[in-house]
Amino acid sequence: MSASAEWGPAALLAVYRKALLIQLVDERMRSLLVSGRLAAVYYSPRGQEIVSAGIAVHLKPSDYLVTTYRGIHDQLAKGMPLKLLCAEYYGKATGACKGKGGPMHITHPAAGIMVTTGVVGGGLPIANGLALAAQLKGEDRVTVCCFGDGASNIGAFHESLNMASLWKLPVIFLCQNNGYGECTRYDKSTTAAHIADRAAAYSMRGVRVDGNDPEAMWRAAGEAVERARKGEGPTLLEANTFRFMGHYFGDPGAYIPKDEYAAAQARDPMPACRAAVLRSGAASEADLTALEREINAELDQALAFATESAAPDVSEIDRDIYASGVAA
Amino acid sequence: MSPAATAQKTISFTDAYRLALDEALGADPTVFLLGEDIGDEEGGGVFKVTKGLSTKYGKHRVRTTPISEEAIVGAAVGAALAGMRPVAEIMLMNFVTVAMDQIVNHAAKLRFMSGGQTGVPITIRTRTGAGAGTAGQHSDMLEAWFAHVAGMKVVVPSTPADAMGLLTSCIFDDDPCLFIEDSLTRALTGPAPPPGHRVPLGRANVSHEGSDVSVIGYGRPIRDALALAERLKGEGISVEVVDLRTVSPLDTETVLKSVAKTRRAVVVHEAPRSFGVGAEVTARIQEHLYDSLAAPVLRVASRDVPVPFAKVLEQEYLYKPAAIEAAIRRTLDSKARR
Ligand SMILES: Cc1ncc(C[n+]2csc(CCOP(=O)(O)OP(=O)(O)O)c2C)c(N)n1
Ligand SMILES: [Mg+2]
Repeated sequence: MSASAEWGPAALLAVYRKALLIQLVDERMRSLLVSGRLAAVYYSPRGQEIVSAGIAVHLKPSDYLVTTYRGIHDQLAKGMPLKLLCAEYYGKATGACKGKGGPMHITHPAAGIMVTTGVVGGGLPIANGLALAAQLKGEDRVTVCCFGDGASNIGAFHESLNMASLWKLPVIFLCQNNGYGECTRYDKSTTAAHIADRAAAYSMRGVRVDGNDPEAMWRAAGEAVERARKGEGPTLLEANTFRFMGHYFGDPGAYIPKDEYAAAQARDPMPACRAAVLRSGAASEADLTALEREINAELDQALAFATESAAPDVSEIDRDIYASGVAA
Repeated sequence: MSPAATAQKTISFTDAYRLALDEALGADPTVFLLGEDIGDEEGGGVFKVTKGLSTKYGKHRVRTTPISEEAIVGAAVGAALAGMRPVAEIMLMNFVTVAMDQIVNHAAKLRFMSGGQTGVPITIRTRTGAGAGTAGQHSDMLEAWFAHVAGMKVVVPSTPADAMGLLTSCIFDDDPCLFIEDSLTRALTGPAPPPGHRVPLGRANVSHEGSDVSVIGYGRPIRDALALAERLKGEGISVEVVDLRTVSPLDTETVLKSVAKTRRAVVVHEAPRSFGVGAEVTARIQEHLYDSLAAPVLRVASRDVPVPFAKVLEQEYLYKPAAIEAAIRRTLDSKARR
């Protein structure tokens, strides 16, 4: 575990390191898209960095992650190798999924990244299964299932939470509530004041946390993970946050009221977290600049690897349909 | 052509869908729309098809829903049982799978199971298609699944005017209709239909007459077939293009009439080849015309694999216009052997 057991400057820095990685990769992806050097549908996690970072510092590589199309922050925080990630975004043979799945289906079991789904709510039942397997095998593994506020209105949410509670599964349902599902504002689709309130209906622990606050996020996530590890059952953890880049990158976001956007900007977690790190004394400005340089260098390499890699051979189309052989 | 006809207005597919919805909402108070993001406060739909409609007809008739496909289709089914004509939008066809129980076990069968006492006049609009790099969960053509369920009608337009006319017919049809739009060509334009335009369900259209070979399909490949028909004319090959328009119920009569004349057929669709609509069309042709066929009926379709992300693989997955041409030539070569 990279996080310390106690909250303090070291834990804060651990969270910030992951958040910074997310921020820099996201920035780069967006600039590649803008300049036309990358062609993909992209769901930016800008604004949600602390949520992923705050839980991932409590996770081991062997713990499982299930996430969504808006999952690059979760994947990076969980330890997704940059080269494999970038090459997959470019649809290359060297990508995490050999270019077959693409950005919406990043999978890397070696880091516990088991499923990235493009279907809203599709991940929750699967997270239960991963958690059940760990429970049956007696493994020390928890499963973190990330999804959005909008996903909590899919039937699978209800079925999955009930089952997880019934079987006391070691799973954390991490709802990243960014206030919108595509263009629809939270209150136009949901009557529950808070997603976390819904946990009560399943006799499950429901916790709401400010997903922009590193300490609060670290504490709430740590507790949920620890309980799952100890066999004390699942948690529905709602992290309140905001997505700054709209639903997909390029979304003009006309449906977001200007004052709401401005208020969210004033609460942008990244500058605040950086300032907190500096204040805490865990790192100096020079340390952080060096860290940025280090991340950017690794990213440069990963992108060079991605662009220089070959496209998949067309024969690949018939492979991986079944476990063995080639589809007829 | 008269000057008026040459200056004819054109509209896009998106405009055509909107026009059908607009006219239906205006004509019949039992028509209402429901789907994710479809209201104007949410931008009028991710694909802007419903833009302006909630402002014009009210939020009670153009209803933005939670992300709840099963509840969307189920609510449409219930409202239809009670005399409404709901039009549900399911953003993409892959998400229709979330609502399969409501469609397969309920919408399609309630009329039959109730001995005709109830009916489900719903329209489910959805869209899909490969070519935009959206990979395995956002591109599937699943029309054959629904065509396989008795009680469902499955409709795929190939021109904006047909889109308007067919969607209108779906809305006012007394049975559940699945109306499939093409994600890739929504901005494509064609001649505008007249107001009140309707295209009958269950009837195919001979969109290009010919005498040597029939190319039978629906949706996107029809445009490829028409282009080929024009081009091959120069070589003296006369291609007849049959646009099914409605996949189910299938207009066997028009198909057989065409193939009885040409004695050769190529069936084409974007969906994967195996267990697809092409197999059904092919089977019907040989069941009725075995003795008069001059060549085996051929199928052109996409590959039997999940839709891949990488461009090269996605293109490899998709059916190719060149394959339609090759199939046409193969059926003609068979003539020489006979
Ligand atoms: C079953 C299903 N329905 C609809 C969609 C289209 N869709 C993609 S993302 C999205 C919004 C999801 O919102 P939320 O769960 O809040 O996640 P966020 O995008 O805000 O992270 C929708 C409706 C989908 N992918 N799957
Ligand atoms: Mg959301």
